Amino acid sequence: IMATVSVCQYHRGGFSFENCKRNALLEADINKLGFSSPAARKTGTTICGVVYKDGVVLGADTRATEGMVVADKNCSKIHYISPNVYCCGAGTAADTEMTTQIISSNLELHSLSTGRLPRVATANRMLKQMLFRYQGYIGAALVLGGVDSTGPQLYSIYPHGSTDKLPYVTMGSGSLAAMAVFEDRYRPNMEEEEAKRLVRDAIAAGIFNDLGSGSNIDLCVITKGKVDYLRPHDVANKKGVRTGNYRYKHGTTDDTTHHTLTCFFPL
Amino acid sequence: MISARAYGDNGKMKEYHYTGPVEHKFSPYAFNGGTVLAVAGEDFALVASDTRLSEGYSIHSRDSPKCYKLTDTTVIGCSGFHGDCLTLTKIIEARLKMYKHSNNKSMTSGAIAAMLSTILYGKRFFPYYVYNIIGGLDEEGRGAVYSFDPVGSYQRDTYKAGGSASAMLQPLLDNQIGFKNMENVEQLPLTLEKAVQLVKDVFISAAERDVYTGDALKICIITKEGIREEIVPLRKD
Repeated sequence: IMATVSVCQYHRGGFSFENCKRNALLEADINKLGFSSPAARKTGTTICGVVYKDGVVLGADTRATEGMVVADKNCSKIHYISPNVYCCGAGTAADTEMTTQIISSNLELHSLSTGRLPRVATANRMLKQMLFRYQGYIGAALVLGGVDSTGPQLYSIYPHGSTDKLPYVTMGSGSLAAMAVFEDRYRPNMEEEEAKRLVRDAIAAGIFNDLGSGSNIDLCVITKGKVDYLRPHDVANKKGVRTGNYRYKHGTTDDTTHHTLTCFFPL
Repeated sequence: MISARAYGDNGKMKEYHYTGPVEHKFSPYAFNGGTVLAVAGEDFALVASDTRLSEGYSIHSRDSPKCYKLTDTTVIGCSGFHGDCLTLTKIIEARLKMYKHSNNKSMTSGAIAAMLSTILYGKRFFPYYVYNIIGGLDEEGRGAVYSFDPVGSYQRDTYKAGGSASAMLQPLLDNQIGFKNMENVEQLPLTLEKAVQLVKDVFISAAERDVYTGDALKICIITKEGIREEIVPLRKD
């Protein structure tokens, strides 16, 4: 049957669950054949943030996993929201990427409308309202940080839409390892170097002790009027050096049969 | 939350019943990760394993090798559920002693392999959750590798990878040792130096992509002179 063109109905927010019944049938069919349906890629992850004397420092690892296999060894988890606001994302990779891009776009329009630099609280409010609207189906756990006219601020945002405004936060599968470091060494009004060292050590704890996190440490230092996006700040793990040479000589993938077809293309 | 479980096989939504308190099943198994690899040459055998012991997203130990020395000419690599690995190796060692006392000689690699198969099948209905690979020298002094499944099916191979990163290592070994999918290549017999180099490189690659493999690599090199060990560091993340 040819698809009929129908008038688009306005979807009133949230997800449409029309396909759930069909998907359940398909999943049962696939499982009967012995296969499993593909799962969304999650980032594993250790992300954290800290408020210090002049601003905020955000940190993240760079490993993306698909099940227990590393899919990307150097992915970027610190996303741009506005010139003075950045956001780290843990959870489903597509969700964190798209959510931060949508809010970044809306915040730029809002900023043009107000004629002012965007505030961190505004980004926080937009993110939580969107995530709550989707009732937790968007698996994005975020650490939002920035500096605005009100001062430096740090928020943690959970997939169901709750937020916490705190001086230090961690999220992701390595959050416990990172929080252990923060609870030991955090103090208010640190200097920039000390804050960077603390965040670097917290992410390193996640990288070495959590299997879902790994590779390098990215840092983002946000102060009034300046952003230092340090990617990578620390290459904590280098690939081992192979001693053998595995280059194939010409003719290794030789074709043993030859088929020549003459195609006529009238021009 | 709506999930596939809310729908039955016929596509209709299941009736909502409160079935009473739900019992969460206790699982007697755990997966502790780890990868093992064995290669047989003309007059040598290699058994290599990583040394990371993990569970879920955590690491229990960075120094828990999975190679166990059985005799002067045989080493076994066991990965899977660590509890069963320890029990199984204890049982094998006891059986080796019993054989030595009854028959006044050490067990050969082939005999150990056959025995292990019967030990594993003895628990066919509550298996040892262990992937075993035996590497050693046969009676003629040639390298031998025997690979097993958890319930005792085994065969003699030239090379075999087992454990969490086995699916990543096996195709590379098929290409480099078995010369599969290659034309016009001189098929030289595998030397000990080349085999050790290959094993190190292959584990470096496995540690890149498999989260359960890393920390360090331990290689047991079995020759007629005896068993030599080499330890190489791997990624720790």
